[in-house]
Amino acid sequence: MTATASRWVGDSPRRKEDARLVTGAGRYVADIQLPGSVEVAFVRSQVAHAKIHAVEVTQALGAPGVVAVVTAGDIEDAVAPFTRFIDQEHAPPALESAIRPRILPCPMEVLAGDRVRYVGQAIAAVVAENRYLAEDAAELVDVDFTELPAAVEVETAREPGAPQLHDAIENNVQATFAAKVGDPDTAFAEAHDIFRVRMRTQRLSASPMETRGVLASYDPAEDVITVWSSTQVPYMVRTRVAEQLGLAEQQVRVIAPDVGGGFGPKVQVYPEEVLLAHLARTLGRPVRWIEDRREHLLGTAHSRDQVHLVDVAADEHGVITAIRDHFLIDCGAYNPFSITCAYNTAAHLRSLYKIPNYAIRGDCVLTNKTFNVPYRGAGRPEGAFVMDRIIFEVARRSGLDAADVLRRNLIPLDQMPCPRGMLYRDGTEIVYDCGDFEAALTKVLDAVGYQEYRAQRSPPPRPGVRTGIGLGCYIEGTGIGPFESGTVKLDSLGRITVYSGSTPIGQSHETTFSQVVADEFGISPDQVIFRAGDTALQPHGCGSFASRSAVNAGSAILIAARRLKEKVKRIAAEMLEASPEDLEVAGGRVLVKGDPELSFSLAQIYREAIPGPAARLPRECEPGTAETSYFVPPTVTWGHGIVAAVVEVDIETGVVNLGQLVIAHDCGRMINPQVVQGQIDGGLMQGVGAALYEDIVYTDQGQPLTTTLMDYLLPTSAEVPRIDQIHLETPSDRNPLGVKGVGEAGIIAPPAAITNAVLDALREFDVHIDELPITPHSLVAQIAEATAGKPDRYGVTNGARSS
Amino acid sequence: MLAEIEVTLCVNGAELTVTCEPRTLLADVLRESLGLTGTHLGCEQGVCGSCTVLCDARSVRSCLMLAAQARGHEITTIEGIADRNTLHPLQRAFSETHGLQCGFCTPGLILTSAEYLRENPVPERESMKRHLSGNLCRCTGYVKIFEAVELAAALIADSAPGTMAEPQR
Amino acid sequence: MKPGQLEYHAPDTVQDAVDLLASYDGDGMVIAGGQSLMPLLNMRLASPRGLIDLNGIGELDYYLVGPGRLIVGALCRHRDIELDPEVRHHWGAVADAVPAIGHVAIRNRGTVVGSICHADPAAEWPALTVLLAATITARGPHGSRDVPAEQFFDSHYVTALRPAEVVTEVRFALPLERAGSGFVEVARRHGDFALVSVGAVIELDERGLVARARLVAGGVAPHPVRLTEAEEVLVGRVPDDAAAAMAGDAGSAAVEPPGDIHAPGAYRRNLVGTLVRRALSAAVHRISEGSNAR
Repeated sequence: MTATASRWVGDSPRRKEDARLVTGAGRYVADIQLPGSVEVAFVRSQVAHAKIHAVEVTQALGAPGVVAVVTAGDIEDAVAPFTRFIDQEHAPPALESAIRPRILPCPMEVLAGDRVRYVGQAIAAVVAENRYLAEDAAELVDVDFTELPAAVEVETAREPGAPQLHDAIENNVQATFAAKVGDPDTAFAEAHDIFRVRMRTQRLSASPMETRGVLASYDPAEDVITVWSSTQVPYMVRTRVAEQLGLAEQQVRVIAPDVGGGFGPKVQVYPEEVLLAHLARTLGRPVRWIEDRREHLLGTAHSRDQVHLVDVAADEHGVITAIRDHFLIDCGAYNPFSITCAYNTAAHLRSLYKIPNYAIRGDCVLTNKTFNVPYRGAGRPEGAFVMDRIIFEVARRSGLDAADVLRRNLIPLDQMPCPRGMLYRDGTEIVYDCGDFEAALTKVLDAVGYQEYRAQRSPPPRPGVRTGIGLGCYIEGTGIGPFESGTVKLDSLGRITVYSGSTPIGQSHETTFSQVVADEFGISPDQVIFRAGDTALQPHGCGSFASRSAVNAGSAILIAARRLKEKVKRIAAEMLEASPEDLEVAGGRVLVKGDPELSFSLAQIYREAIPGPAARLPRECEPGTAETSYFVPPTVTWGHGIVAAVVEVDIETGVVNLGQLVIAHDCGRMINPQVVQGQIDGGLMQGVGAALYEDIVYTDQGQPLTTTLMDYLLPTSAEVPRIDQIHLETPSDRNPLGVKGVGEAGIIAPPAAITNAVLDALREFDVHIDELPITPHSLVAQIAEATAGKPDRYGVTNGARSS
Repeated sequence: MLAEIEVTLCVNGAELTVTCEPRTLLADVLRESLGLTGTHLGCEQGVCGSCTVLCDARSVRSCLMLAAQARGHEITTIEGIADRNTLHPLQRAFSETHGLQCGFCTPGLILTSAEYLRENPVPERESMKRHLSGNLCRCTGYVKIFEAVELAAALIADSAPGTMAEPQR
Repeated sequence: MKPGQLEYHAPDTVQDAVDLLASYDGDGMVIAGGQSLMPLLNMRLASPRGLIDLNGIGELDYYLVGPGRLIVGALCRHRDIELDPEVRHHWGAVADAVPAIGHVAIRNRGTVVGSICHADPAAEWPALTVLLAATITARGPHGSRDVPAEQFFDSHYVTALRPAEVVTEVRFALPLERAGSGFVEVARRHGDFALVSVGAVIELDERGLVARARLVAGGVAPHPVRLTEAEEVLVGRVPDDAAAAMAGDAGSAAVEPPGDIHAPGAYRRNLVGTLVRRALSAAVHRISEGSNAR
C-alpha cells in the first residue's frame, strides 16, 4: 500500500459532531418537525400468547383528534409481512456443508392478525394529532382475544407437548447446526479430568439512551416516501419497506438522522418502520412514532439469553484438550437473525485458547417473549463467559492458579497465524492473523499487580470484606462484509465531500473518516464535508454493526479518496503539461513538487472536469470529479484482548464493589485513539452491567417484569470502577488502512473477569456462579451454606442464619 | 378539542406564553411548542436524566413536571447555558475529553455538571460520581465525562479573575 | 407515555387545596414534588380527574431544624434537608438516609412529606418517621389532626389519610442526652430503592447501658416495621458487638419479607440482621462522638 504521510490518522482531533451535540442542536428523529404531522400510538399485546378474534376500533375512531385506527385487516392487501431475514434461508455454501444448518422460515407480521406471540407485539396503530390524544384513543381500542398457553422456558419449549408458536416450526426449534474440530471423542476417552458445567447468560436489552422512532413523509409529486428512522441500517430498511409495500427501492428514501446509540437492536427492520411508510402514503400527512421506554423494553429486540451444557476434558497440567458444548438460545417469538449469534458463539468460544478438539451444537428455540437480535458482541460475550469460567474451574479443580491455567492454554506467538479448523460465518476458514496473546496477558497481570496480590494472600482489608482478581479474554472477528461504500468528490468550491453507506450512531464516523481523507488531500478534517446514513447519497450501502465500519467504510473511503487524488493529479498534469508523479495534493490545491507557484486549486480542477468540448481531460478520463468504491473485505480481521477485574465483596450483604478493570487490547491501527478509548470504556461498562446489574425477567406466564429503568438496572456513574487501558497495535493486512474493528471489543470479557474475581474473593466459601447477573442474594446464600454450623466471629452458632 | 390553559414560562431568560392541555409535560412544551429540542426524552419515567433542565438553577427532570408547574420559575435548557456563539466551559470540556459519543444524554449531563461545579468549584471524583448518578449514559462508560467536568473546573478557575485554585486533572 | 386527561389547579392556601380535593370526591390527587406521582401519571397507572398542585402554597414552604427539633412543612425538599449542616450535626439517621434517596434531581424537587404520603415501604422517609417517633399533621374538610407515624402506614402506598386530607407538616423527635442515631441500607445501585433499610436510635444511661432503643426496618413488609424484639434485647446491656449480633438475630427472626425481582425474601431477612448491627454501630459511634453528629 502506498504510504501517505499520517498527520491526522493516529491523532485525536476534536470531534466535528460535537459542535451541534453539546449545544443541543443535534437532530434526532424526535426533533424533526414537519408541518401537518400526525402521531402514532400503538395498541400492544398485554399477554404472551393469544388468538385474536376481533379488534374493535369504533370508539377509538370517535375520540378527539383521531385521524385513523389501523389494524392488520386494513393493511393486508398493501403491506406484506416480513419473510426475508439475515442468514435465514441459507448460509454461505462452504459453511452450509460444514455445519449443515437447518433453518425454518419464520415470517413476522407487521401488525398481529389472528395471533400474538409476545407481550408488546403491535396489534393496532392509532393515529392522532398528537401523542397524548393517540394514547387516549388507544385506551379505547378493545381487543377480543383468547389467551393461549405460553412457552417460556427455553429448555421445556423444545419438548413435545409444549405450546407451539408457529405452525411450521415443530418443537419451536427454528434453527440448529453443529460444528466439530479434531477428535473430541478420543480426547475425552484419554482425559485426565472430565467435568460438566451448565452456564447461562441472561437476557439483555441493549438500551441505548435514545429509543427508536420513525417519521415518514410521502411526496406524491416525486412518488417517493422519505423515512427518517433511528436505525443503524438505512439500506436494510429501504429494502424491506420497498419490498413489503411493493415499491422500487428507488421510491423509498431512508435517512438515519442523529442516532442516540444503537448497539445492535437498531440493526433490524421493525414493523413500525414499514407501517409508518405505508401510512404516510395513505394518509397524505407526515406520520411520526416515537417509542417510549416501556415500549422499548418490550418491543425493541432483546439479546443474549443462552444456556450452555458443556463437557470439559483436561490433562494433568490444566491444559484443556477438548470441549463438547450443546447450547440453546432463547430467541423469543421470532428469529430474524437466524444463526448469526449462535454461530458467532460457536466460532468464538475457544477464544485465545488452543483447545484442539471441539464439538458444538446450537439450537435456536422460540419462546413467547420479545424476539432477539444481536447486541454488541453478538454471541461472543456468551461464549467468552462459558470459556473463561471453564478456565477458572480447571484451575479450581487442579489447585493451579487461574492465570497459570489461562497462560498454559493460550495459543503461543510461534503458532501464529493460527488456523482454527473451522469456518467463520462468511464461509472462509478462520485463521487468527496476528497477536501475541501471552504478551497481552503479561501486561494485564503487571498492570493489576497480580503477582503481589497472589503473594500476599493474607488478612482481608476490613473484616467482612474479601478481595479478588479475575481474568477474561476475547478474540473478535471484525470488519465482516458484505461490503461498504464510500464516495469522495469535489464540489464547485473545491471542497472535499465524502459520502458513506455507514451509519453513525455515536462512534464518531464524521471525524474519523474525515481524518482519513484529510491525510490524503493534505487538509484538516474540519475542511472535509462528511455525510452518511442517507440512502439518497449512495446507491448501495450496508450500515453500522459488527465492528465493521472502520474496516469497510474506512477502506472504501480511503480507496475512493486515492482514486480521486490520482484523477485530480492526472487532470492537473494535463493542464500543466507535467507528469502526475511530479504533482502532489495539499491544502486544497494540486502543485508541482518543489514548485508551489505552479498549481491549480481544486475548484479549478472541478471546472476543468465538467463535461463538454472545452474540458481539458486526459484521454482515458471520464468527466467529473467523484469516485466511488465498494470495499469487499476478504474475510474478517481479528482483534483480541484480555481483561482483569479487581473486586471487593462484602460477605455479609453480598454486594460486589468493582474496584478496577484493566484491559490490554489490540484493534490494529487506531485512526483516532481517543475515540478508541471511548469505545472501550463504553463497552466495558456495558459488560459491567451484564455482570452485575442487568436482567430482562419474565414470569412463567411470559409477563415481562422489567418494563422500566427502575427494574432494568443500567450502570450509573456511581458504579464506574477505575479503568486502565493498554493499547497493543498489530496492524491488519486485510484492508488498506490496517485497522480492525473495536466497537464491540470492550463488552466481551468483563462478565467472565468479574465473575472469576468474585469467585476468587470468595474462594474460602467454595462459591459457584454459573449464571449472570451476579446477585448479592446468591452470594449470601452460598456463603451461609458454607459457614452453617460454624461459630461466627461473635461466638454465636446459629443454624437459622442460613437462608 | 380538549380544554387548554395558558402557561407563561421564563425559559433561558425569555418570557414566553404557550397554550396547551394542563397535562402537557414541561419537556413536551420545551420541545414541541418552543422548538428547544436539545432537551431529550429517554424514558418519561424519571430515571434516565436525558430530559434534565435547570429550574431556578437546580437540576430537575422535565418529564416529571407539568408545563404548568414551571410558572414562576426560571427554566434553563442546554440552549441557554451560554450566550449565542459562545460555549460554556463544560461544553468545550466535554468535546475536549471526548465526553460524548451519540450526544443524546449530553445536554442533561452538562446541566447537571454545571450544578455540580457551582456547588463544588473544586471537583472531587467520588462526590462527582454521586452527583451525576441520575444521568444515564450508555455510550461513554462515564470515564471521559468525569474528565470533562474536571477540565471544565480548571477552565472556569483559569478564567476567573484573581483565582488561586489549582487546576486538577 | 403521556398522562391521561386531567383538570389542573394551583391553589394559594391549604384550605383551598382541601376544598378542591374534597370537590373531586375521591377522584382527585395532590401533587407537590411529583417525583413519585408523575411517573405514575405518565404510565397511566394513576388517572385522577383532578390534580391539585400544592407548590404555590407559600404557607407550606418551611422547615425548622436544631438540636432535638426537626419540623418539616409539606413543600420542604429532600435536598434542603440534605444540605443543611444542622441536620448533619443533630440528626444522624436523617443525614445518613437522605443522600440515598434517588438522585440529585429527584431530591431537588421531591418533598419529604410527599415521600411519606406515597408510603413506599422501601423508601427512606417512611422508615425515618417511625424511627424518630414522628407526628404527622393532616388537614381535611373537618379540620386538622395529628397522626403518630406508627399509625400512619397501612400498606404499600396506603396511608391512614382520610378523603380530602392533605398533610401539612411532620414533626420528628430525637432524644438529646447520651443518644445517637444511624441509618443504613443496601440497594442494587447507588440511589435505588433500598432492598432493606434499618434505622437505629440508642439512648444510654449514666452507666453506659442501653436505656432505650428504637429499631425500624424498611423494605421487609408493606410498611416500616418496629423491631421491638430486637429493641428489648438491647435494653440494659452494653451496646457492644455481641449485643448487636443478638439484636440482629432477633430482628431477622421477627420479619417475613416478601421477595421480588431484585431480591428474594430470605435474603432480605438475613440482611435485617446485618443492617441492625451496622445501624447500631453507627448510632453508638455518634454517642461516643458526643452528639448526634457524623
